[in-house]
Amino acid sequence: MEKITVEKNTSPAQIIYRVINYGGLVLVIIWGMLGIPYKGVMATAQGTINSLLRGIINPDMGYMTNMTIDGLPYAIVETIAIAISGTFVSAVISIPFALLASQNIVGKRVSVAGKFIITLIRTFPELILALIFISVVGPGAPAGILALGIHSIGMLGKLFSEAIESMDMGVKEALESCGGSSPEVLFRAVLPQVSPELISYTMYRFEINMRAASTLGLVGAGGIGAPLIFAIRTRAWPRAMIIVMVLIVTVSIIDMISSRIRKRLV
Amino acid sequence: MDKIIVPRPNHLKRNIVILAVVALILGSAIFAGFNPVTVIRNFSKGRRLLGRMFLPPDWSYAPKVIPPLIETLRMAIVGTFWGALIALPVAVLAASNFLNNPWISKPVRLILNIFRTIPAMVLASLFVAVFGIGPFSGVIALSIFTFGLISKLTYESIESIDFGQVEALMSLGANKLNILRYAIMPQILPQFMSYTLYGFEVNVRSAAVLGYVGAGGIGQTFEHNLAWRNFDRVGVIIVISFLVVLVIDFVSSNIRKRLV
Repeated sequence: MEKITVEKNTSPAQIIYRVINYGGLVLVIIWGMLGIPYKGVMATAQGTINSLLRGIINPDMGYMTNMTIDGLPYAIVETIAIAISGTFVSAVISIPFALLASQNIVGKRVSVAGKFIITLIRTFPELILALIFISVVGPGAPAGILALGIHSIGMLGKLFSEAIESMDMGVKEALESCGGSSPEVLFRAVLPQVSPELISYTMYRFEINMRAASTLGLVGAGGIGAPLIFAIRTRAWPRAMIIVMVLIVTVSIIDMISSRIRKRLV
Repeated sequence: MDKIIVPRPNHLKRNIVILAVVALILGSAIFAGFNPVTVIRNFSKGRRLLGRMFLPPDWSYAPKVIPPLIETLRMAIVGTFWGALIALPVAVLAASNFLNNPWISKPVRLILNIFRTIPAMVLASLFVAVFGIGPFSGVIALSIFTFGLISKLTYESIESIDFGQVEALMSLGANKLNILRYAIMPQILPQFMSYTLYGFEVNVRSAAVLGYVGAGGIGQTFEHNLAWRNFDRVGVIIVISFLVVLVIDFVSSNIRKRLV
């Protein structure tokens, strides 16, 4: 039987290239590890883990069934409300940004500027936005909505503009050749064509915002985050664990519903 | 000229859906107490805060921002490394087309889904309580978060590989390990590396804020200065970390474009 041999590229240049690439990667990782001091587990860690586990076994059911404004159901509903409103705000604002960033709508030069603005917004952490908006509207859910609404433009604007750039230009050209004005072209050709993708991306962003909304409370922007961080700081493990568990279940359910809808849309 | 008459389709179902969605959005806005008028009326307050932060930022504080920023980068690198390292074997287990055993892939996926529902911030605050304040807690939180993210993306690409190569090896009598080594890995490694870089980008951003709950990095410096109301220093921290994130995103997304 004939043997098949595959020749490996062993030219010196190739070997040097690989050594630099992989060696550099290894060096970077080692450099990173040297900077993380492992001070050993705290002396109290064993006790903390034990009480954490005890919290998982008998969570604070009274908190979960507390239907008042201090209870868990209210906080969860508020978190969902923040995520929904924030996503909606950002979806609306993202459309003009996306149009500004789409090469086939505004031309190359403007689209580069539009893309740059969207990237800038995306890099700005929502937690810092939340802090800024807390100073505007005071602590509470509205600050969270604004923070999510602005931050999500960064991702939605990018996805929207990609959808607009890859759309079929025929419809737009047909309307233009019939003398359609630019608002007509926008509302009758561009938006109807890309709307399923736009809605699908918005749903996807809603899933992400649901997770974000549950952490915004850490800085006082409403939602489940505030009672959670308070429970963790005061070592109220039964309460912290019921919050984490309810959060996992809620986010999973929302993910499931949203991905079902998304599959049907596109 | 003849007019072309397009019959109007029945929009009843669509309109009901739209109405329900609008009601949901309005309901949430009202429930959360969102009032656009207050926002616009109080806008000057926000402008004042931004002025104190950025006009001008306290540039003399900049040298003190660099060490925690480097710590943030280290946290992101180590967190991504461990997360990706654990994600690869788990993704192989979770892919339905490799082991062909739903009794393994389904539970693994369920666990992965649970991991992905917990935000990194919540993980970090839990680990700070267990391991103490410092970057180590942050690294563990980031590792777990990255693990969930990368393993999901990777098992999805394992499931969409070209199966011809696997079948070719099977017809030669190769065992599972050989199939993994010679048919699956070469196909998914570029994508896996790209997902890892993406995870790194996400991690740099989360590592920058994790310190807010005490998990090390620039966030901790940020929180101190905010608590002392040193807004001009906060401005410097925001500007510098913003630039670093921008550069990392740019470099990493260029490498990713070359990979896939």
